[in-house]
Amino acid sequence: MLIKKPADIPSSEITPEAQYVNRRAFIGTAGALALAGLAAPGTLSACTPADNARPGEGEGLELEQDEKVTSEEDATSYNNFYEFGTGKEDPKRNAGSLRTSPWTVAVDGLVKSPKRWDLTALLAGLAVEDRVYRHRCVEAWSMVIPWQGVRLRDVINRLEPTPAAKFVEFTTLLDPQQMPGQRTNVLPWPYKEALRLDEAMHPLAMLATGMYGKSIPNQNGAPLRLVVPWKYGFKGIKSIVGIRFTTTLPGTTWNDAIPSEYGFYANVNPTVDHPRWTQAKERRIGEFLRRNTLMFNGYANEVGSLYAGMDLRKYY
Amino acid sequence: MTSAQRPLTGRAVVRVAVWTAVVGPLGWLAWLAFSGGLGANPIESLQHRTGHYAIRLLAASLAVTPLRQLTGWGWLIINRRTLGVGAFAWAVVHLSVYVGLDLALDFSQFFEDVFKRRYIAVGMLAIALLTPLAVTSTKGWIKRLGGAKWNKLHRLVYVAMLAATVHYLWAVKRDITLPVVYFVVVAVLLGFRVVMWRRRVTATRLSASVQQGT
Repeated sequence: MLIKKPADIPSSEITPEAQYVNRRAFIGTAGALALAGLAAPGTLSACTPADNARPGEGEGLELEQDEKVTSEEDATSYNNFYEFGTGKEDPKRNAGSLRTSPWTVAVDGLVKSPKRWDLTALLAGLAVEDRVYRHRCVEAWSMVIPWQGVRLRDVINRLEPTPAAKFVEFTTLLDPQQMPGQRTNVLPWPYKEALRLDEAMHPLAMLATGMYGKSIPNQNGAPLRLVVPWKYGFKGIKSIVGIRFTTTLPGTTWNDAIPSEYGFYANVNPTVDHPRWTQAKERRIGEFLRRNTLMFNGYANEVGSLYAGMDLRKYY
Repeated sequence: MTSAQRPLTGRAVVRVAVWTAVVGPLGWLAWLAFSGGLGANPIESLQHRTGHYAIRLLAASLAVTPLRQLTGWGWLIINRRTLGVGAFAWAVVHLSVYVGLDLALDFSQFFEDVFKRRYIAVGMLAIALLTPLAVTSTKGWIKRLGGAKWNKLHRLVYVAMLAATVHYLWAVKRDITLPVVYFVVVAVLLGFRVVMWRRRVTATRLSASVQQGT
């Protein structure tokens, strides 16, 4: 089963932001959803298998017996979001200055019609799903987070990239007024991330608008962030204002900044060390002993084929 | 006599401040651990905090001699050992948190880290250099070695200080603001000694040439 409702989250009591935003489009686009081959959105707690899952493909997505959802307090107070400071507690402290509504996303590059989308329109009618994913930071800590959001592929299909598009690039808001960390040059701003288009079209890749059944907090990347659970956390770009389709591999922030430490692919891989620490193990937030890190963060059955034949030591 | 009392009170205040700096963090950490103030990743928080304590106390111990020379307060010297041994103690706690809590006594991982990661290697070097200094910090050892030898041995502290700062610089991911601040402090502390040493050399030469001239 792909989707699992965390037992300890009373999400039934809260309407997720994305679903709320989409409330009008929810019913109206049922036909379009059927055309797109998507499962009906259903209720929050529905266990919807991946629409194009091959037999057995969904296996491994479930958490192991000993894995628990990370406490909401920890997941929203221990963050890397350098736009609000480089300390783990800085984003929570400083992200209040971010205005997430209204919010637009500029779409350009190799698409049918480049334009600036209002976020509500961009997501309108798309199936909002619950996904409980492992989140593995490149710094060897990890969490388990219940996300709410849409599949990235649904958004991409809506944007209609041209056949020449091979990569999709994302950009974070650039506004030092709202993002005090951007007043320093600790990273080149704005933050950019990118995926190969086939990675982006994978059913596990999502654009999250909520977590823990609530709208996503500013420090976690409100109002729209990327979640690619088989990759290190820094790929999950936050507060997205730009989506661009390209033929050539786009530059990405950490890869550009320190290429020897952060690759473009950044797939979770216990056999390829970071130069300064082992990636074989990770500290799950809330636990004492380190866990073994799983290949592709435990999603090898689902995403392994994307990288068939690739030298993952070279393309780390 | 007020003139005699004033330096005495000053001494006491400095002494209390120094001991607070050395022992106080223990209470602070206990409070943070108790109140949840160590955050979502308490082991990492402990690692970072203990490292900062060690490096700051070491810098403080190196500040004693320049302060004595600048102020003429010879009595400050007693604090040098307290700060130096305190720095070593916190460095040991720092190492213990890493090996005992972070690695949960996985020694094969520890040795892999020491040999593969330069920031850990240089951190271990700092602690290795501080160990003989902590051992020979007693009056007995000063006597046994003799002042000149003891002083020579304890110059290792400069190397340890640099190693500790480099360890920190290499350990941080991207934001090197604080390591750079530490480097500036260390540069000032070591620079002061270079200046004093050059002055001494010049003074000796001068007096030598004056003696030759007469």
